[in-house]
Amino acid sequence: MAKSNEPIWWSLFSAGGVIAALLIPAFMLVTGLILPFVDSPDEIALRELAQHPIARLLLFLVISLPLFHWAHRFRFTVADLGLHGAKVLVAVLCYGSAIVGTVVTGYVVCTL
Amino acid sequence: MSRDPSVDEQLETSMGKSMRKPYTPKMPATWWLRRRAYFLFIVREVTSVFVAIYCVILLVGLCRLKEGGDAFESFLVSLRSPFSIGFHVVALLFAGYHSITWFNLTPKAMVIRIGEEKVPPLLIAGSNYVAWLVLSAALIWIVLKG
Repeated sequence: MAKSNEPIWWSLFSAGGVIAALLIPAFMLVTGLILPFVDSPDEIALRELAQHPIARLLLFLVISLPLFHWAHRFRFTVADLGLHGAKVLVAVLCYGSAIVGTVVTGYVVCTL
Repeated sequence: MSRDPSVDEQLETSMGKSMRKPYTPKMPATWWLRRRAYFLFIVREVTSVFVAIYCVILLVGLCRLKEGGDAFESFLVSLRSPFSIGFHVVALLFAGYHSITWFNLTPKAMVIRIGEEKVPPLLIAGSNYVAWLVLSAALIWIVLKG
């Protein structure tokens, strides 16, 4: 049987699915619909909160894992919707963007 | 005399490659509009696009918070635009749909047994919903209490 790296992508997809299901709606609500409309969001307090080691780790996971979740789903949706050629290219572009996003996120949360 | 086709298949598999061209069914691009179940399947897959776009926005927000001052203030201004509000409302609906479909699938993907007894699927799905509520409330409280 040919070696496959499918289990790696599937694990990341699955972990991203859990994070997206449990935390993303609340994150969207807070950062997209509540914080911008609070009278005067306290920038310093927010930065201090984000700089907490647990918050840095959480932010890293909340941004990077759903990117892999997207990459895995989007890759197959593209094929389902009719683009059957270029499977390898699509996979490289999807997982590649997730990897780039993860590296950038890692840098940002470390240097906050 | 012709051989049983399954023998051919076994031979090919044992050689590690298939001589046959893969069969790609021809489907119209709009197949997913034909049935409600197909449509909901595609909607479920598309939720990940909204989640990913949101993650990028969150990342940009973190960068602006890091820069601070005017950079952060102008980020907040752009979050108050009708386009941003519209996006976040729609994305929230899609993300909620992802949560619900994900939680409802967990008992099927993960069968837990205690001794001989299967943990009832409703209990597994239910505990997901409880965790969802608790975590969401905790996040909202932690960020907004200041």
